[in-house]
Amino acid sequence: MPQKPIELILMRQLAGTLAMPLFLVDPAGTLVFYNPAAERVLGLRFDETGEMPLAEWSRRWLPTDDAGGALPPERLPLARAIAERRPAHGAFWIAALDGARRRIEVTAVPLIAVPDHLVGAAAIFWEATA
Amino acid sequence: MTVRFWGTRGSLATPGRATARYGGNTSSVEVRTADGQVLVLDAGTGIRLLGAAIGGARRVDVLLSHLHMDHIQGLGFFAPLFDPTVAVHLWGPAASDADLRQRLARYLSPPLFPVHLRDLTHLAVHALPMEPFEVGGVRILAHRTCHPGLTVGFRIEADGRALAYLSDHEPALGHPGFPARAEWTSGYALARDVDLLVHDGQYTLDEYPSHVGWGHSAVDHAIAFARLASARRLVVFHHDPAHDDAAIDRLTAEAVARLSPAFPVIPAAEDACLAVE
Repeated sequence: MPQKPIELILMRQLAGTLAMPLFLVDPAGTLVFYNPAAERVLGLRFDETGEMPLAEWSRRWLPTDDAGGALPPERLPLARAIAERRPAHGAFWIAALDGARRRIEVTAVPLIAVPDHLVGAAAIFWEATA
Repeated sequence: MTVRFWGTRGSLATPGRATARYGGNTSSVEVRTADGQVLVLDAGTGIRLLGAAIGGARRVDVLLSHLHMDHIQGLGFFAPLFDPTVAVHLWGPAASDADLRQRLARYLSPPLFPVHLRDLTHLAVHALPMEPFEVGGVRILAHRTCHPGLTVGFRIEADGRALAYLSDHEPALGHPGFPARAEWTSGYALARDVDLLVHDGQYTLDEYPSHVGWGHSAVDHAIAFARLASARRLVVFHHDPAHDDAAIDRLTAEAVARLSPAFPVIPAAEDACLAVE
């Protein structure tokens, strides 16, 4: 497997020290890491999922809007941050893999390395009240 | 391809009897290919003597890993810069706030230096591309690495051999499992399977915890990184100014005894010349 860009490596190292949930994807939207705080919200350890393409992880937690409608991958903040190369925010429901349904708020930012090279995106998220 | 060390010291030039064997000049390394192509890795104080000994080369490419002072301080004393018969090409990491020439000019201009960079008319300045590129048949790959500020390491391939230069590098930063997974290790793509790895080994294991985040490695980390990358020889580089020759001998021997690497571990010594084979 090829080496990740240094920006993703450093972001993963930072995420490993944070108490806030953080989810990291590469420029293709492939999940490359989420931290222990995210594991508690998502209901599954990262070691059990490993890397996962956007099409797979975007359905794994069954994201739905407040009306219960399924959210397509391109409407998720991380996918928007990559496609539009700007921050994106959203709130929606997920079915955590520990069986709980949780409403989360997500802020995703693209990771653009100098001089102008997209290396991925990071999302912080937290449980929200409906 | 041969590698000659003209400056091996990190952070600050450290002349004196106690550092005479491994050297007191800051980072500067000459790479010379079989057909006479000359590359210079970094422009610390060691580049002054290199410039005086460069011989009949008509083109020299100076590759800067980053712009910290110990890597550029000798630039204004590099004789080929003032010889109009030698084409000097200077390469360094790109930034988003100012181009490389502007950033170098912060040092190479009064009051810090009497000559303006703009007056060196036969100097060509290039931002390092992110993709591999070639200079006179030498293939060069520059990747950003784990060190404060914009810093790159180099992989240099010529004469059928490969060399990696990671002068200021902290692959263990914040990584409790280091060296666990290659794809999550800074610098791995540069160093993988190289014949010779020149790597930061500024600290001892005891010194490292109080310097986490400073962008440097313990010698043990350099050995572990070389093992992960399957490097065939390791040159430990960027010696700490506080380590005299005896200390470098001791801390290298202790790290080798702890880790028992299957490859040679050589502390970089000023004026030493190694064939990359």
